[in-house]
Amino acid sequence: MGGVTGDSREERAYALETAKLGIWCFLATEVLLFGGLFTAYTVFRLRYPDLFHAEHLKLNRLLGGTNTVILITSSLTMALAVAAARQGRKKRLQIFLLCTILLAASFLGVKYLEWSDDFARHLYPGTNLFFSLYFTMAGLHALHVIAGMGVLTTLLVMARRGKLGRSRHTPVEIGGLYWHFVDLVWIYLFPLLYLVG
Amino acid sequence: MTAQRTYIAVWLALLVLTGITWGVSYLDLGLWNVVVALAIASLKASLVALYFMHLRSEGRLVWAFALFPLGFLALIIFGTLSDTLFR
Repeated sequence: MGGVTGDSREERAYALETAKLGIWCFLATEVLLFGGLFTAYTVFRLRYPDLFHAEHLKLNRLLGGTNTVILITSSLTMALAVAAARQGRKKRLQIFLLCTILLAASFLGVKYLEWSDDFARHLYPGTNLFFSLYFTMAGLHALHVIAGMGVLTTLLVMARRGKLGRSRHTPVEIGGLYWHFVDLVWIYLFPLLYLVG
Repeated sequence: MTAQRTYIAVWLALLVLTGITWGVSYLDLGLWNVVVALAIASLKASLVALYFMHLRSEGRLVWAFALFPLGFLALIIFGTLSDTLFR
């Protein structure tokens, strides 16, 4: 045993470890990007509690909750895609990646419904402090969902071309960590914007 | 199949927690509404990080990389509040 195969296997393990540290570093910068907005939210919510309370009631909790369920489910399909990639089950990998992309698209679809309804009721980013924060935070998050769809589509194309497999699953692992992060941000945005305002 | 079964259990737990936080938001608990909402959100975030993001099986170095931005986040929020709250 050992020899060439052993070495390359060890190198692959190192490569995965390094790539993981890289994506966690990137996620750290993302935490701080959203962190500035969460700080602004905290400061203004403490200063204008009544405004936040009155305005948050104008958001649709049912649609916000639906989107939470959609994103949580997309995290499940992503985790299942990573598991399939680790096992080298290529068909399953493609199916779960496609499911994740479709769920991401439905999230954006619900977002479209919500925002069209907001605009119809003359609620714009400039309406007041609460809606400025709501549109900025949810908008930045939606941009991350769009970017995530790009990542997932790339992974799906790579999988279809046979470029991913049991020994080459690092891209799926890394894409998965990014996608779960997008879910994590929404896990905090949903209660802060829709439920407790 | 065990990994898959764990993921589905975590997913069900996340759905139940979403239902609870949604239901609790209709009760008027005063300040406790925020506390409960943030506690449930943090529980959900921990489940996602530990199981879906595999932190549970990662070594110390990855844990350090995952936790240090949270320290900075706390620093930004509380550092800013120490100014804005006492102006």
